[in-house]
Amino acid sequence: MLSYVIRRLIQAAIVMLVVAFVSFSMFTFAGDPVNNMVGQEASQEDRELLRERLGLNDPFIVQFGRFVVNAVQGQFGLSYQLQRPVEDLIAERMPATLELVAVSAVLALAVGIPFGVMCGINRDGWFSRTLLTVSLVGVSLPTFVIGIFMIYLFSVTWGLLPSFGRGPTVDLGWWSTGFLTTGGWLALIMPSITLSLFQTTLILRLVRAEMLEVMRTDYIKFGRARGLSNKAINFGHALRNTLVPVITIAGLNIGSLIAFSIITETVFNWPGMGLLFIKAVEFADVPIMAAYLVMVAFVFVVINLVVDLLYFAVDPRLKIDTGAAVGRLS
Amino acid sequence: MATEPDIDVRAPSLLARARDSDLWFSFTRSPVVVVAASVTALYFLAALLAPLISPHNPFDPGSLVYSDAFTPPAWVEGGQATYLLGTDDQGRDILSTLIYGARISLLVGFAAVMLSAVIGITLGILAGYLGGIVETITMRAADVQLTVPGILVALMIDGVVRIKLKEWSAGGGFIGDMHETISLFVLIFAIGLSDWPQYARVVRGATMVEKGKEYVQAAKVIGVHPLFIMIRHILPNVLGPVLVLATIGLALAIIAEATLSFLGVGMPPTTPSLGTLIRIGNNFLFSGEWWITFFPCIALILLVLSVNLLGDWLRDALNPKLR
Repeated sequence: MLSYVIRRLIQAAIVMLVVAFVSFSMFTFAGDPVNNMVGQEASQEDRELLRERLGLNDPFIVQFGRFVVNAVQGQFGLSYQLQRPVEDLIAERMPATLELVAVSAVLALAVGIPFGVMCGINRDGWFSRTLLTVSLVGVSLPTFVIGIFMIYLFSVTWGLLPSFGRGPTVDLGWWSTGFLTTGGWLALIMPSITLSLFQTTLILRLVRAEMLEVMRTDYIKFGRARGLSNKAINFGHALRNTLVPVITIAGLNIGSLIAFSIITETVFNWPGMGLLFIKAVEFADVPIMAAYLVMVAFVFVVINLVVDLLYFAVDPRLKIDTGAAVGRLS
Repeated sequence: MATEPDIDVRAPSLLARARDSDLWFSFTRSPVVVVAASVTALYFLAALLAPLISPHNPFDPGSLVYSDAFTPPAWVEGGQATYLLGTDDQGRDILSTLIYGARISLLVGFAAVMLSAVIGITLGILAGYLGGIVETITMRAADVQLTVPGILVALMIDGVVRIKLKEWSAGGGFIGDMHETISLFVLIFAIGLSDWPQYARVVRGATMVEKGKEYVQAAKVIGVHPLFIMIRHILPNVLGPVLVLATIGLALAIIAEATLSFLGVGMPPTTPSLGTLIRIGNNFLFSGEWWITFFPCIALILLVLSVNLLGDWLRDALNPKLR
């Protein structure tokens, strides 16, 4: 167990180093940062002085080392465009994105699992067939198109929901939340549905496929033979066994929700990290881009790691496998 | 002495083989797929013949009538018969911009899929056939890239290339209208590079299976050059799954292109793709000019849905387990 954990930790560290290297090379792509910091009239000596002070004359590997050390402490320098520390900008925007992602994840599970079970149990019913077709259409719809249609219906035509922003927020020290006001919840409805739609169809299809698989197994047949109620079989026995892969996929997809929130935030002008990032891409604001890349990659790596370790803890077969493999090697 | 039975021993022609194939049979049996294929074909035709069939030339500033801006579709009050789907804020005919926009969307989608397929197939075959350090490096790189969603990788590449471009243009590197051509290449490059791991993984797996088969062993024994074995013998046998991936990949690439353009980091408004058109129209959603964004949305959905349906069908039709 311990050797497995250590091996996975080293792998995760290597991935993060590669990502850090990629984001660091973006700075070298961006050319001379001194040009971004001083005016046209700065003299050659001033520029040299600044270069020396910023450590730009050091060898590449020293600069990269410094970048990693700073990144580990959560420091990514000043934004070129906004002239403020990147970590502050991200910390300001993070609550908006995380609240949106959390609500979307819950929504996707709450809608996807029951409907998936329904389609799995009653595979040839008209409702299941319709739902499956609709879900294929749902996969083909780009996120932003769904958002635009919803804005047109609910904001422009019927005037029911706000079309942009988070609504009123409450400050809880370092966290600003929209959960405590009605306006905040109203503003959350359309963005969270838009963001969750793709995940919902994914979970629905996964649960359906798993249910179909489980329904064929002997223990379900045995349960029926014993005369258990349909409810007990479907939800007590079948669903429980489908949940392990579903939770895994749902967990892994939290990272994709954060990444795809870039699109949703642009459509609804949601003041989160995604909007910050897309503006940074437009204006070639490298420190923000680098910080965002490192941060999202970190979220992905941590989730992957946790899921792998949980699997290892939950599934005893994995332990036997690695044990055998180690035995063969030695 | 027995006479030879009278059987035509010539190999059937390619056309006859296609007509008698399982693929064609399953194709004609599913009306949804036939419709999807027709719609896709229609898009391709429209894209190819754009200058001939579009009613107006939306990119000739001389022919634009500014007073015709914001004309609603022909069947709505105030619409004109010459602008079937209405006009946008600059008086460009929506139907014509759609035809030209679909052209760019398809071009970027196709080129991006080609790029990722070529990279993926090359690395996949090399990794699968050679093994060792080549395999380790390629597959680890694929793993790392697959931990983040493709659209994010594409955005990053797009962003980095844009930084470079900004630097060049600051140095007076290129002139005005090259911007559009360069945007096109940046998009193809970004989307193409974000999707290669899928192909590499599938091709590597298939190559490892083929490598163990007798015909490859035989070729090795008689001293055929490894490069020749990979190209002439293994490549044709691993292309089946690649075709399925590429069809689904085309739909994904079109969505990715539309998304990047919608986010404002894709095609510029002067040569819009479907995504750019949606972005432009989105500004007029609240002032009541719904048609500027509505028709590009529908055009995009229809295209992606058709290609997706084709890909779904192809996956099932080529899967021997489902026969």
